[in-house]
Amino acid sequence: MRHILRRHEWVVDEWRYQGEDGAESEGAALIVPLARWRTDAERWRTWSGPLGVRLTPLDAVAELAADLARLGLVAVEFPNPGDGRGYSQGRVLRERLAFRGELRAVGPGVRQDQVFLLARCGFDAIELAAGEDPEAARAALTRYDVAYQPGAPGAALVALRRQRFLSRDA
Amino acid sequence: MYRYDELDQAFVDQRVAEFRDQTHRHLAGELTEEQFRPLRLRNGLYIQRHAPMLRIAIPYGLLSAPQLRKLADVARRYDRGYGHFTTRQNLQLNWPALADVPQILAELATVQMHAMQTSGNCVRNVTADHLAGITPGEVDDPRPYCEIIRQWATLHPEFTYLPRKFKIAVTGSAEDRAASEVHDIGLHLRRDAHGGLGFRVLVGGGLGRAPVIGQEIREFLPLEELLAYLEAILRVYNQHGRRDNINKARIKVLVKALGVTRFREQVETEWQAARARAPRLSAGEVQHMRAFFRPPPYEVLADTDAAGGREAQFQAWYRYNTRPHRVSGYRAVFVSLKAHGEVPGDMTAAQMDAVAALAERLSFGLVRTTHNQNLLLADVRQRDLHELWRALAPLGLATPNIGTLTDMIACPGLDFCSLANAGTITVAKDIQRRFADLDYLYDLGEIEIKISGCMNACGHHHVGHIGVLGVDKHGEEWYQISLGGSANGFTALGEVIGPSVAQHEVAATIERIVEVYRALRAEGERFIDTLRRVGLTPFREGAYAAHPAAA
Repeated sequence: MRHILRRHEWVVDEWRYQGEDGAESEGAALIVPLARWRTDAERWRTWSGPLGVRLTPLDAVAELAADLARLGLVAVEFPNPGDGRGYSQGRVLRERLAFRGELRAVGPGVRQDQVFLLARCGFDAIELAAGEDPEAARAALTRYDVAYQPGAPGAALVALRRQRFLSRDA
Repeated sequence: MYRYDELDQAFVDQRVAEFRDQTHRHLAGELTEEQFRPLRLRNGLYIQRHAPMLRIAIPYGLLSAPQLRKLADVARRYDRGYGHFTTRQNLQLNWPALADVPQILAELATVQMHAMQTSGNCVRNVTADHLAGITPGEVDDPRPYCEIIRQWATLHPEFTYLPRKFKIAVTGSAEDRAASEVHDIGLHLRRDAHGGLGFRVLVGGGLGRAPVIGQEIREFLPLEELLAYLEAILRVYNQHGRRDNINKARIKVLVKALGVTRFREQVETEWQAARARAPRLSAGEVQHMRAFFRPPPYEVLADTDAAGGREAQFQAWYRYNTRPHRVSGYRAVFVSLKAHGEVPGDMTAAQMDAVAALAERLSFGLVRTTHNQNLLLADVRQRDLHELWRALAPLGLATPNIGTLTDMIACPGLDFCSLANAGTITVAKDIQRRFADLDYLYDLGEIEIKISGCMNACGHHHVGHIGVLGVDKHGEEWYQISLGGSANGFTALGEVIGPSVAQHEVAATIERIVEVYRALRAEGERFIDTLRRVGLTPFREGAYAAHPAAA
């Protein structure tokens, strides 16, 4: 059973990635890769359960704009801790595309030392890499209580006491 | 200078606590070296040839006397009693123990210093003209904008894991003393037709393996758009910069691949799309920041003939190591870290303490580091110059050679760096010895030598009037000589003149090159101007004339 850090709690993940056991059973909460989202578009129109899309670092998030209203989740993949493309994908989803569903970070690059930044970019669900300490990851959300930059909307995981630069529309 | 408020102090303290935890996890075996590496790099810590190296940030090269004293203290207690000032205005300690680094950072935090983002694939220390605020004819002091950029870039949630390192330099003068055209982003302060302040924006400059001069992507960016526009550039780069090959990951490669026109279109589109949510830079914030960099309380003084009637050594020092100041009665003074026979940019703890005391007594308690690896006391009364010289000379800090051939830039090279092919320090010392005669040095006038120990070009050899690059040939050190580079006002990349020479031949080859200049120069003509006028050929011939055996 997979657990994810959703907001501040470790909870059982009710979502299944396509290909996992029971993923495509009736009414299941299903996450499909962006490519399958496109090629099987007809099928998802009649899907009975919640739907999510999984993005690789190469996927352009803007292409999802028209679909976001139908998505309960977007999972952004971090293949290693040094690959920072997902941070931009997350911020654009939250800020520009106003995505309000679950924004999840997933992949070998999601370690405790990335959690604070992820949360500041608008990720509200963390699926840790294998072997990472779940409690340390939760504690990492409070490593800093100040920041210089405006956070993405929905960055509710991190409680900041003070922040320097505000966004224009703040 | 900028003073931390409660937010800044809380931030660096929390950063130290985070790094202490990361270091503990690494030493306890919970983080492998591979996992620890990106974390330590973002805190300035390299693992070098012999030991760790800690690169401490000196934002835009500005230090208070207590900060310089703290650097001396740290160098003494945690290292071997000296440090190395770099071309990007930082300080490197070459021998700290890994387990001590969190404590060193904690001590630095007590004087509002840190080592954040001095390495790793993130936005690095923002550098500036070392004559900022005091040079005649400046559009505006660049340092408030550097500090704004520093804060904005610090642990930026989106841009902490870029494809590659990212360097920004800001200048406010016509003369570019910050090498801004070879930075990932170069910002030139200017005013529009209505007197509004803003920046000319260059992007994609850089040295390293494939040197490129930055290209203009915006002729004028209004000040209040600064952070929004930087976010747009960084976002395009973060998403589209190459990550498959470390040698092709700098923004210059992306700009080249797209062409500057398409790159500009992408940035402008991103800027417009993201503006509403981008960080705002209000007039109030700018005013608040500018107040930290207000001129010190200068006395009303007349200019004097400070050198007149003094001893010849003082006159030489005055001529070479001091510069005009926009306020009458004052001069800016270089503290030369290029004593003949010493490592360029190195400074002992005792020298740091002494300069801190002199700064407090004679220059409003502030010290600057320069791109050329010297220090600067920016605001010295002309009537105090002689006293200052008499204090600096016995410390070995008054070698009257600023702007001359021996005021060279050199990376630490094989003696410290695990990337280097070549012992740049040995070469630098050889050159200094060969050109130690001051009359000869002065006769040669303004010549910039820049020496790098490998292709990464930390010594900026591409933009030296004379560039020296260490190369490895079957395990032996050889040196490639290039001529005609420049980073000052008219940025140009040097051209390799021919086969590499052996280490013991570098200084002699340079002497033959400057002898060609002496033979061909017109009255009052600088080396670089003669070179541009007559071309490379006579220099090439002269350089190898005595040396058919060069490999």
